[in-house]
Amino acid sequence: MAVRKSPITTREYWAPGHAACAGCGCATALKLATKAFSEAMEEKYGDPNAFAIAQATGCMEVVSAVFPYTAWKAPWVHVAFENAAAAASGVEAAWKKLGRKGKILAIGGDGGTADIGMQALSGMLERRHNVVYLMYDNEAYMNTGIQRSSSTPYGAWTTTSPPGKYSIGEDKPKKWVALIAAAHQVPYVATASIGNPFDFVKKMKKAAKVDGPAFVQVHCTCPTGWKSPLEKGVEIARLAIETGVWPLFEIENGDFFNIKIQAPGGGAKVKREGGRVVAIEFKKPIEEYLKLQGRFKHLFKQPEAIDEMREQIKAMWKVLGVDVTLPKPEE
Amino acid sequence: MPIRTVMKANEAAAWAAKLAKPKVIAAFPITPSTLVPEKISEFVANGELEAEFIKVESEHSAISACVGASAAGVRTFTATASQGLALMHEVLFIAAGMRLPIVIAVGNRSLSAPINIWNDWQDTISERDTGWLQFYAENNQEALDLILIAFKVAENEKVLLPTMVGFDAFILTHTVEPVEIPDQELVDEFLGEYNPKYAYLDPEKPITQGTLAFPAHYMEARYTVWEANENAKKVIDEVFAEFEKKFGRKYSKIEEYRTDDAEIVFVTMGSLAGTVKEYVDYLREKGIKAGAAKLTVYRPFPAEEVRELAGKAKVIALLEKNITFSIGGALFQDFSRALINQKEKPILVDFILGLGGRDVTFKDLDEALEISRKALAGEEFEEVNWIGLRKEIL
Repeated sequence: MAVRKSPITTREYWAPGHAACAGCGCATALKLATKAFSEAMEEKYGDPNAFAIAQATGCMEVVSAVFPYTAWKAPWVHVAFENAAAAASGVEAAWKKLGRKGKILAIGGDGGTADIGMQALSGMLERRHNVVYLMYDNEAYMNTGIQRSSSTPYGAWTTTSPPGKYSIGEDKPKKWVALIAAAHQVPYVATASIGNPFDFVKKMKKAAKVDGPAFVQVHCTCPTGWKSPLEKGVEIARLAIETGVWPLFEIENGDFFNIKIQAPGGGAKVKREGGRVVAIEFKKPIEEYLKLQGRFKHLFKQPEAIDEMREQIKAMWKVLGVDVTLPKPEE
Repeated sequence: MPIRTVMKANEAAAWAAKLAKPKVIAAFPITPSTLVPEKISEFVANGELEAEFIKVESEHSAISACVGASAAGVRTFTATASQGLALMHEVLFIAAGMRLPIVIAVGNRSLSAPINIWNDWQDTISERDTGWLQFYAENNQEALDLILIAFKVAENEKVLLPTMVGFDAFILTHTVEPVEIPDQELVDEFLGEYNPKYAYLDPEKPITQGTLAFPAHYMEARYTVWEANENAKKVIDEVFAEFEKKFGRKYSKIEEYRTDDAEIVFVTMGSLAGTVKEYVDYLREKGIKAGAAKLTVYRPFPAEEVRELAGKAKVIALLEKNITFSIGGALFQDFSRALINQKEKPILVDFILGLGGRDVTFKDLDEALEISRKALAGEEFEEVNWIGLRKEIL
């Protein structure tokens, strides 16, 4: 019988036994990210282990390094919540002086990146450190018990954006850190999703191989915070892509006029001009993505809020230079 | 050959850094410390110092980058003051808890509000519970020497604690004084290469640093910081002795001045010690039995040496440029702790002075003397006294 070759290295840097929740999409992201990193380092330096990790406080930190245990098979350091990028800068500088080849991987959640770690991230990118910053975006402060962050999407329930008589839930549009990172004109910025692991791995490898800073924002499902079925993490993440909620793109050297958009799938019709994606006609309504998550349940009683969400998604795509049409569910 | 020259304490600190050859420096400009990174930038630009100098976007990132670099196993240095040190506060605890021997040069400056760029010790004193060792320099030579000593003590295996060296804003940071720059070769011998046994980020020997500790382990981790502070007491004495042998300059945790038959001993830190010694000479000429003492080492707190000093005095007058509201100065608290269970102990009188760069003059010290003499005579006295207050504007 033919044995299928694993599409990715079987080396593990994120070992089983960590304490992440069942169905955690972020754990999947870290597993894939470190494998991708290892492949990139092997291809670039001939050494699959040529990397170290600096990680922000957050879910993936507390579940992976509880003294005297560790889930990390790579050199790893955690300092605090807001400074993974700064700590990574220091590690990178030290490696440079030690003559060590390789790349530093900084990891932070959406709170640790979009909010409290924004300044350190900007500094690291601006100074052109040879660091890949991976933002695992589960769209709220999950570690502290599901509070909204600036990366929480419009309409979402969190413990600090509860729907009520005077509230539809989170009332601000999602802040797209990838676009802010790209504005630093760094070599490589991408969004990715655990809903498309092949694309994610490809992007992580690309990020790891560029000389200089890179930023990858990966969409990760959080069944605990999203109130979604444990087994549907990848499916939900894929629906985010297919409905237009989560764009997959790459921006190199801050070139906003040549953003590379990945086709979303799900039957969406992509229109290109001169190789550039200029319009996407999505076929699946965002409701298909929303309905699988308890955090959006209340919106189904307020269809105007879902329409508002559609408008915000269109506006976000507009920034990417893409005109999108988003269908409403068939009556 | 050592070079005898003149320079500001900020330059002396930069020279110390150059001599210590840290591999990573991360710094952010802040008055009065800005000249330290400026001078270091020059050294790096001219190839005189082969360090990675990370020009960070904040002090929080400065210390965070130092923690990252130190965790990766290299000697690291930074300089800051005041609000900058306060912004580092969170990470200072982390550096100590992770047992990373980072050295910070601090141009001791007041804290806001009101914003004020001048000297007092509130910035470093406010960090006294972080686990960091703290040294205070009286002059620019001491600033240079104590930074070299700080690296040596901090990197000692029995210590492995970050260390800050304070020198007074403007009074030292911006004042030119004679300084001897020691021989690079001797400094190399004195410090050696930093080869960490525990902190490194090496893919060949991957380790996890900065973990979460549950209640089952947290207290023990904190205890090791206590233990390391205790160990540092002996190590500091050894390093002082080694430094003296190598460079000819003597240091001690507490430096006494004319204390032998003193009734009143003025205790202070930093550049104020110079003024106080001068004042003691003046009092001695008038036949007043006064002495002075300076704490060069504030953390670990030299309780044993304080007890020795206390045996020589009837009144200890603490002259401090810091305040814990509703309590008094930090030295007052620490001296009280060192002496509370002693059978024989002097009277402690606390004086808060020189905050936010207010000049401390003989007139101020006369005021402190008068209150101390009341205490000596068994009369009623205030325990905590604000000296040199402009009561007319209150």
